[in-house]
Amino acid sequence: MDANATTPLLPEVMEAMRPYWMEHFGNASSIHLHGQQARTAVDRARETLAEFFNCHDAEVVFNSGGTEGDNTAIFGLLHPGDHFITTSIEHSAILQAAQRMAQHGVDTTFVPPQSSGLIDPMDILRSIRPETRLISVMLANNETGVLQPIEEIGKIAADTGVFFHIDAVQGAGKVKFDARRFGCHMLSISAHKMHGPKGVGAMFVRRGTPVESLLVGGSHERRRRAGTENVAGIVGLAKAAELAMHSLEDGTIDRLAALRDRLESELLRLPGTGVNSGPGVPRVANTSNIWFDNLEGEALVIALDLKGVAVSGGSACHSGATEPSHVLMAMGLDKTRARASLRFSLMKTATDADVDHVLQVVPAAVKHLRALSPVEAGTLG
Amino acid sequence: MSQPTTIAVAMSGGVDSSTVAAILARNTTGAGNSVVGLTLHLWDQTRLAGKHGIPDAPKAGRCCSLDDVYDARRVAEHLGIPYYVVNQEERFEQDVVRPFVAEYLSGRTPIPCSLCNNHLKFDQLLKTARSIGAGSIATGHYAVNEYDPQRCRWILKRPADLAKDQTYFLFGLTQEQLAHTLFPLGRLTKPEVREVARQHGLALAEKPDSQEICFIPGGDYKQFLTAYLEEQGQPMPETAGELVASSGEVLGRHDGISNVTVGQRKGLGVPSPSPLYVLQIDPASHRVTVGADAELATRTLRAGRLNWISIPALTRPMRVKIKIRHRHEPASATLEPAGAAEVVAAFDDPQRAVTPGQSAVFYDGDEVVGGGWII
Repeated sequence: MDANATTPLLPEVMEAMRPYWMEHFGNASSIHLHGQQARTAVDRARETLAEFFNCHDAEVVFNSGGTEGDNTAIFGLLHPGDHFITTSIEHSAILQAAQRMAQHGVDTTFVPPQSSGLIDPMDILRSIRPETRLISVMLANNETGVLQPIEEIGKIAADTGVFFHIDAVQGAGKVKFDARRFGCHMLSISAHKMHGPKGVGAMFVRRGTPVESLLVGGSHERRRRAGTENVAGIVGLAKAAELAMHSLEDGTIDRLAALRDRLESELLRLPGTGVNSGPGVPRVANTSNIWFDNLEGEALVIALDLKGVAVSGGSACHSGATEPSHVLMAMGLDKTRARASLRFSLMKTATDADVDHVLQVVPAAVKHLRALSPVEAGTLG
Repeated sequence: MSQPTTIAVAMSGGVDSSTVAAILARNTTGAGNSVVGLTLHLWDQTRLAGKHGIPDAPKAGRCCSLDDVYDARRVAEHLGIPYYVVNQEERFEQDVVRPFVAEYLSGRTPIPCSLCNNHLKFDQLLKTARSIGAGSIATGHYAVNEYDPQRCRWILKRPADLAKDQTYFLFGLTQEQLAHTLFPLGRLTKPEVREVARQHGLALAEKPDSQEICFIPGGDYKQFLTAYLEEQGQPMPETAGELVASSGEVLGRHDGISNVTVGQRKGLGVPSPSPLYVLQIDPASHRVTVGADAELATRTLRAGRLNWISIPALTRPMRVKIKIRHRHEPASATLEPAGAAEVVAAFDDPQRAVTPGQSAVFYDGDEVVGGGWII
């Protein structure tokens, strides 16, 4: 129930990667046969990703994952004196990169969401200044699953001549991608959020986008990302992307949405609960963020884990302790409610039995916790 | 009890609590019995780092430093027990750090460890333990805790290793808390604990003990007060004042009552033929009285905010030994109730530097009778 954190490899992904550890171990930059085998694998993967993004092969850059993509868009494009627009509900890979750029003379506007979890494109438009160079908005929020109106933001970017990056890490495999229709110049994904391996990702970079490489030291990826290609990882990413495209067509994602809806409506039958996103707001199929009055989310997360149900209750700080979600706080939840909120995120392989298990464990745990230690109002604030 | 039990071990990343986890993990192998490791995250060690002389990179050996959480996690992994970090930063700041700062600013010398044990640690650990289905908690404190069916009370006793005795910091435990707390190290000495740690293959068996206040990297509380108040946007209150002799004669000035402690000798800046000590701090007039070592000695003590352990309440005078600071050898005294919520003690022999803000813990032999805060 924590697929937004990470997902396991699908067997097909494992199989696709297998030959590239020992048998076809070549360096894709080498001229000889081993190198050519690796080069072929990377080129094929690039074709698959181009189909996944709906872009040209040359617009695909392989990298180490979502954090690198997000960092590249910001560090690679912004210069002292530039203005940057993003939202206050982005992943830390965006937020902390923006904070670092503040030390280099880049001013950032953090647009807050509405209480529904949606970003209002008009708020983005109103934030644009003559020196605005980049807008970065996530496709789907990791905590609430809310899908942001990126096509409208893409139009605003086009009309105002501002570069547009989409952090699509949480949207990958859950909604159909079309980099052209999205109107973005850059878009970042990570393999492990869609049943691919950890440590590999890809970026769509529209031709002519003057983004500089974070890493130098070779002409890999058309000089946009130095470093020997992670061939097995790239092959795994491509396989995961291929399977994700199938899932979007064959009804898997619709079935997932129905499962999530059943989970959500059953959990909402518990008194003192609610969904942390506005009614009718578009969401990815797998995510439900629910608040539970009168309990501490952190204790509930631990209690559920000990019963075999893995959920998330905020973001982990450096020690591993839980901090209230900055996303929920930005949406206007108070700390007590943000702490008492849990994110359920289903894998596309989830079954009715998985949901049944959660529905057996969670209500019992919630009742137990509420009976034990009612949270007095204000003590956690 | 044949019911399966779960015990939550409070793990700090030190040798003592790691050894507790190891002992319990081995002893609870029965069906359904289990051990869960918990670390309370109390303070962000990087929060004031680099400000007003506070070290940048906290050394290991303090709660909540990343190294210690890492060590605790590695021990849990080694033992194969589930492990979680529980965020209590806000509560720690509210219940321990703010009172600690306020006490110093009012001229008293607080003990944050007792504040933490009394108001946060045991209460929160038990709360979290129950939430996750654990009936009791275990800590690495050196103390003995046993039920006396005759008195129908849980009794807290000094441990086998008197050099490591931590009962002074535990006087605030309630009967309810004692009933659900295990101190598995109470009958072991520190060298024995290290030996047990080695036998369990714990890599940190030789890790040095921590001595300092956990949220004050570098151990300089004055730096901490300055940095914390600045962060809070509060000015350091102006508490400079006169240094006077017990006769009332003005000898000089001091630069703030939070910079002096009863019993302090160094750094007063008053030339004198014989050593001068801080005798008394008056928070209202900011006047600090100094005098000879002999003048530090007092025969009486008053304490409030009491907690009783071996007795339900003090109703008549009682002969006890009283410990007035961590490294103090308990001294014989007669304890009497004073009003509903306070006690006064008359020591047989005068005691040096009875310091407001510290705890007074009352012993009857090895047993902790109770304790309170020196007024």
